Amino acid sequence: MRHSTGFKVFRAVGLLLFAAYFFVPLLAMFDFSTQVRGSAPGRTWDNWALMMTDEDLRSSIVASLLLALFTVLLMVALLVPTMVWVRLRVPRARGLVEFLCLLPLTIPALVIVVGISNVYSWVTYLLGDSALVLTFAYVVLVLPYSYRAIDAALSAIDAATLSEAARSLGAGWFTVIVRIIMPNITGGILGAAFIAVALVLGEYVFASLLHFDTLPVAMAALYKSNGPAAMAAALASMLLVAVLLVALTFLSRDRHKQGASS
Amino acid sequence: MLPFLFFVLVFLVVPTLTVVVGAFQDEDGRPTLGNLDALTSEAALTALRGSLILSASTALIGAVLGALLSYLIVSMPPQSMVRRATLAVSGVLAQFGGVVLAFAWIATIGPVGVLTQAMSDLWGANIYGSGWLFGLPGLVVVYSYFQIPLMVIVFAPAFEGLRPQWREAAVNLGASTWDYWRQVALPLLTPAFLGALLLLFANAFAAYATAAVLVSQGQPIVPLMIRQAITSEVLLGQANVGFALALEMIVVVTLVMVGYNLLLRRASRWLR
Repeated sequence: MRHSTGFKVFRAVGLLLFAAYFFVPLLAMFDFSTQVRGSAPGRTWDNWALMMTDEDLRSSIVASLLLALFTVLLMVALLVPTMVWVRLRVPRARGLVEFLCLLPLTIPALVIVVGISNVYSWVTYLLGDSALVLTFAYVVLVLPYSYRAIDAALSAIDAATLSEAARSLGAGWFTVIVRIIMPNITGGILGAAFIAVALVLGEYVFASLLHFDTLPVAMAALYKSNGPAAMAAALASMLLVAVLLVALTFLSRDRHKQGASS
Repeated sequence: MLPFLFFVLVFLVVPTLTVVVGAFQDEDGRPTLGNLDALTSEAALTALRGSLILSASTALIGAVLGALLSYLIVSMPPQSMVRRATLAVSGVLAQFGGVVLAFAWIATIGPVGVLTQAMSDLWGANIYGSGWLFGLPGLVVVYSYFQIPLMVIVFAPAFEGLRPQWREAAVNLGASTWDYWRQVALPLLTPAFLGALLLLFANAFAAYATAAVLVSQGQPIVPLMIRQAITSEVLLGQANVGFALALEMIVVVTLVMVGYNLLLRRASRWLR
């Protein structure tokens, strides 16, 4: 399709305006994060260094990263065997599992927080008061996205034949899932893991209302005393998430290519 | 499968049921409709109106601008770098919210924001005003920041699904560009557009984190009113009012999402 010059000019101007709206706030945040406290002139990287030196901030970063790791592990451990099992053995239950996994899209996170305090008083009673108990809530939060990623990957392979071949050679179900199916859906699991990490690193609703010190909560608290340092931490977490999500789009593109060539 | 079902039961179904049942109980656990009365109080109605205005306006802004942006990039060749980069960036920004997003806008148009200072240095204009960023108008600007990219992700595939053959067929039958858009493309895109509109509405209605960081005074929208109900321990019986407000959120979001799914089914008839 050919486009007139007028349209091309309109398109370029339009794209520039959109780019300005989306990138000016990020650049402003960067500008803010390199300012010296108290509006003194000059530029400094001290606010960025504070992420390593400030005790509270550093421990919240560690907590958030560990949370991301545990969320991914628990999500994979719960979801992959269930989805494989349902697909191979109880296809009738597939609708139910899909419904449950997509339910968090319809029930706002805030609503779950409001209702979860009883459950969490038990969880903290049994497991202690560490921020890591948020793992359970975060697995619920990432269920819809993880389900879609893993479901797409499972649909792309012939799970039934693979498992029958392995079973007829004497493999147990554990071997089938861990050593046969999972290596074949690595792309889907990686995709699910990336989006889970991205969501967990930015999650504020659960952490703030259940009073756990994760990175976003620490940033919001830090902002009141040291704005530029909070901005630096925010921008750093944003960049990490952006890298993960962009990697995710490349990952899914590669999968498309494979699908097209086979 | 059993561990999964148990997990979902404990951490998703039980909390939801707690909310639904709690909305109809007083603080001693007796059944009552009193909490629902609290929903018709002046403050609750104002918050609901605020939430509806915020969700509807950002859904509309996001849908129109997002559709425009989708059209601009889909009109480029598929291998164009700009097109691919825009889609990738949209994927990132649609997930963007909460503390970081609030910070980004405070850094831009807050009291000492970069744009605020540039404007006052250059033209002596005061775009910060009396703090509109920290109220409902500010939320509209800030929410649009993730609504537009979400629209691009949801709606660009619909544009891509318009096959060139349909346009060629229309032109062969004597249609002008206007006729093609008016009679072929728009009717095909309408269900997808309306569906995306509903998705954006639900997305804005359920969002909490960004508003919680940005707005510290007053409760202009329902999620912030819920925050007040569950964090203030001075007022007895507020927990159950919180349940009632949460139930209100479930009802609104569920209705919107059901409509979305119906439209999605309608939209997928042609666009595959």
